[in-house]
Amino acid sequence: MENYLNLTATQARAALQKKEISATELTHAYIQAAEATKALNNYVCMTADKALEMAASSDKRIADGNAGPLEGLPIGVKDLFCTTGVETTACSAILKGFVPTYESTVTSQLWRDGAVMLGKLNCDEFAMGSANETSVFGPAVNPWSTDGGADLAAGGSSGGSASSVAAGSALMATGTDTGGSIRQPAAFCGVVGMKPTYGRCSRWGIVAFASSLDQAGPFTRDVADSALMFASMAGHDAKDSTSADAALPDLHAALQASVKGMKIGIPKEYVMEGMDEAITALWQQGQEWLVEAGAELVPISLPHTRYALPTYYIIAPAEASSNLARYDGVRYGARVEAGQSLDDMYEATRAAGFGDEVQRRIMIGTYALSAGYYDAYYLKAQQVRRLIKNDFDEAFEKVDAILTPATPSAAFPLGVKQDDPITMYLNDVFTVPANLAGIPGISVPAGYSDTGLPLGLQVLSGAFREDTLYKVAACLEKQAGFTGQPPRHALAAR
Amino acid sequence: MSVDKDTVKKIARLARLDVPEERQEQIAGELNAILSWIEELGEVDTSAVEPLASVTGHSLPLRTDKITDGNKVDDILANAPEQASGFFVVPKVVE
Amino acid sequence: MSNLVAGQTGEWEVVIGMEVHAQVTSEAKLFSGSSTTFGAGPNENVSLVDAAMPGMLPVINEACVRQAVKTGLGIKAEINLYSVFDRKNYFYADLPQGYQISQFKHPIVGEGVLTIELADGTTHDIGIERIHLEQDAGKSLHDQHPSKSYIDLNRSGVALMEIVSRPDLRSSEQAGAYIKKLRSILRYLGTCDGNMEEGSLRADVNVSVRRPGQALGTRTETKNLNSVRFIMQAIDYEVERQIEILENGGKIDQETRLFDTSTGTTRQMRSKEDAHDYRYFPDPDLLPLQLTQDFVEEIKAELPELPDEIKARMVSDYGLSSYDASVLTEERETAGFYEAASKGRDRKLVANWMSSELFGALNKAGKSLAESPVSPEGLGALVDLISDGTISGRIAKDVFAEMFETGRPASDIIEEKGLKQVSDSGAIEALIDQVLAENQDKVAEYRGGKDKLFGFFVGQTMKLSGGQANPGMVNQLLKDKLRG
Repeated sequence: MENYLNLTATQARAALQKKEISATELTHAYIQAAEATKALNNYVCMTADKALEMAASSDKRIADGNAGPLEGLPIGVKDLFCTTGVETTACSAILKGFVPTYESTVTSQLWRDGAVMLGKLNCDEFAMGSANETSVFGPAVNPWSTDGGADLAAGGSSGGSASSVAAGSALMATGTDTGGSIRQPAAFCGVVGMKPTYGRCSRWGIVAFASSLDQAGPFTRDVADSALMFASMAGHDAKDSTSADAALPDLHAALQASVKGMKIGIPKEYVMEGMDEAITALWQQGQEWLVEAGAELVPISLPHTRYALPTYYIIAPAEASSNLARYDGVRYGARVEAGQSLDDMYEATRAAGFGDEVQRRIMIGTYALSAGYYDAYYLKAQQVRRLIKNDFDEAFEKVDAILTPATPSAAFPLGVKQDDPITMYLNDVFTVPANLAGIPGISVPAGYSDTGLPLGLQVLSGAFREDTLYKVAACLEKQAGFTGQPPRHALAAR
Repeated sequence: MSVDKDTVKKIARLARLDVPEERQEQIAGELNAILSWIEELGEVDTSAVEPLASVTGHSLPLRTDKITDGNKVDDILANAPEQASGFFVVPKVVE
Repeated sequence: MSNLVAGQTGEWEVVIGMEVHAQVTSEAKLFSGSSTTFGAGPNENVSLVDAAMPGMLPVINEACVRQAVKTGLGIKAEINLYSVFDRKNYFYADLPQGYQISQFKHPIVGEGVLTIELADGTTHDIGIERIHLEQDAGKSLHDQHPSKSYIDLNRSGVALMEIVSRPDLRSSEQAGAYIKKLRSILRYLGTCDGNMEEGSLRADVNVSVRRPGQALGTRTETKNLNSVRFIMQAIDYEVERQIEILENGGKIDQETRLFDTSTGTTRQMRSKEDAHDYRYFPDPDLLPLQLTQDFVEEIKAELPELPDEIKARMVSDYGLSSYDASVLTEERETAGFYEAASKGRDRKLVANWMSSELFGALNKAGKSLAESPVSPEGLGALVDLISDGTISGRIAKDVFAEMFETGRPASDIIEEKGLKQVSDSGAIEALIDQVLAENQDKVAEYRGGKDKLFGFFVGQTMKLSGGQANPGMVNQLLKDKLRG
């Protein structure tokens, strides 16, 4: 059993093809691992029966020689993806009991390609948070910890996804990234997290947070797995007007290619005051690795970087305030009866159903769009958003990819950053610009903090150039030789 | 642009959130902190900048006029908190 | 004609603007694939998108875009090649998304104009400010349960065109003419069926009054009026109400009002609406709608001839009066009937027969033109028989009545009843001789200078022929004989 759980998806796929293991055995092992790591609070809903059924079908297709690209690979699904017949709550009380009659495009493509669904994974409520602490189910816990230390945040919003892949309770997992919700938790948990170009993955059937920023992406153990899973998740969808009708670049070739001669931009604005020294050092180290592999470093400037967070914290809440208006207790979800009128019911339902952070963002967004403030906030933010995108457009005329730290710190203890929203928002400082510009980004585990926690490097590339992204990421992965396993992981499942 | 208790009340009403009286002051404080941080954007000269609503390069795709959906009352009502005779049911609306 | 309204303290000018919601004729909804059919069971024409299920996304229907462009071209408006869909945010039981997708800053159609004609023959150009596309809401039923409302989302997401006029209307008569003309154009274009009873066409009416030459007064908006009569009644009521308030030193509140069809009055909406703050912003699920000039030209090429053009042609080419031409072009079906019936014939005569006999008979029978027992060809054939002298106009009326009754062709009826006009001069002369013989005293009077008696002789001769004598020949032969 132990061997199975240590395999990457690419390895597991090969073992399944060679019939060294069966999908049923593999799935069974993951179900057991998930049971054993329950304390990490990764899964909000296990679908073990469904998983074993799907695994049996996979075994049949493998036997028949009809295996899909992800045949028999057990994955977890962030609870933001609607799944037919399986409760989907966005980790909010307001959607408690909601069982979709439809399947999101992204997950249906995963099942089409043979993947096995283990269950639904914990996340911040409506994906709003950076520590998974706003979930109505309580936080997912990082499988990594310092010696004798407190429970650490798995990051957010896709905390359950990152934690389960790191803890070995899912081989791969889906996530969504609106401001860093894949890359930040991936960095915290020492796994690979990729946010594709906006429009690559259909948003149909994913509970919306901020429509112009949301993008689904994969959590995996390594870069090759990431490309494998991404290829299944991506693709044009006529049901999403913002979905891009663009062919995927050759990812397989990219994984094999060298970075020799590539120009890597190093943005001077990503040096942050008060940043962990280990992160500064890792960033430096990353640059050296790329140079060793034959790439050329180019100092660049992304002058509007410091305005990315405030811009994001107008646009995302504004869109969210409107996207979340549909949760009104009329057609689905929890209803709280109060007073006489429909408005009384709305107000009571939404006050009881949404948590503090979600309510805070709805309030900010409502305010930013309201009469008299629209120009000063929302319109202004859209203008600055263009300047931020222009910064990247200009940069990618000079460089192929950009290297930055993934996060300004390693995983922090749960509960500490709760009080001050702005401090929490600063977690996303390096990841938010990619969402505003719509470009892809990947977080690759590459080193450790002073206390032995994983740290990630982020690679950004131009829109629709995920091949470039994977090329650089594969190089960093190889050079870093990061093979860290969380100590908890060993304790829990093995 | 400072948010006071009345503004909180107004915004909460627009967003249909029941914010109890005793929490309004605290929320006004939180919103002010966030807004003053956001107001950094005022430094940026955007007088000649077109707002960016979407990073997507293509134009709006059009679908053909065909009936491809509907006739799924069971699915539509499957999660309804209250329903009767094929309708959603809500507290009485007064016009 | 002055449009001013006399009050107790002087004259008032009425200022009216209208926002008309016209349901776009299409198979499927604006942003989803469910049907727009009227009359389905509750929530049958509803997709997951229409019910705003989590994660559902809108995709626009090309046909609705075409219809909006076509409508714009029909009112000679500017077509905006770049338009944007915005979200209009508000909570309501029959608005599942919590916002309506509409167009705020950049509508698909810009400035246009619609010319109305009043009963007194005057014409007025009414400015159209814009037309934009938007989603309809669902329907709340309040009479099913004492303390509950029932929600049906069948209409949710159906495409509407909101057609916004300038405040150029000055009376309820003008407003009535405007909605009729607009309805007519939409039906000619086939972009809206104009069925006001089913709610395919509804109007919100903005009314204010002012002293002539003064700045605009405060206006009220009366919502959701679904007949021409209600529109006119609501305006008349509002005008009277507002003048009374102002003349008694009061002021008008800018507010939304509802029309009570049973009393013909308006009242303030009971739900104390919050100050509207719709928080419009571009819908991030959609992208700007970018059309090409070629797309617009293609639609322009498909445009049918519109009532104003047809009317102008009828007046200049057919010699019809402006009034007759207006009546015949009000509905596309009427104009089509007329064109078919009058083709290659005496156009004026056919017009007279349609507006007097045919419309009169239809009206009496409570039938629409589509249900007419007399076809365009049938009416044309009847007119031919008048023109070539086979029957007289008077006999033709009896024949028409029979045609309308039985649906049989005119020639059969004439044949069967022997109604053919007598144009044989010998036969007519015999009749005249008889009349003259029976009225020798009158003949003497006539010959003595009492010319007026000529008509008497004509009448008697016609009577004697049972109406079948050719009146022209009777005239001519009588003149000869009397001179004799």
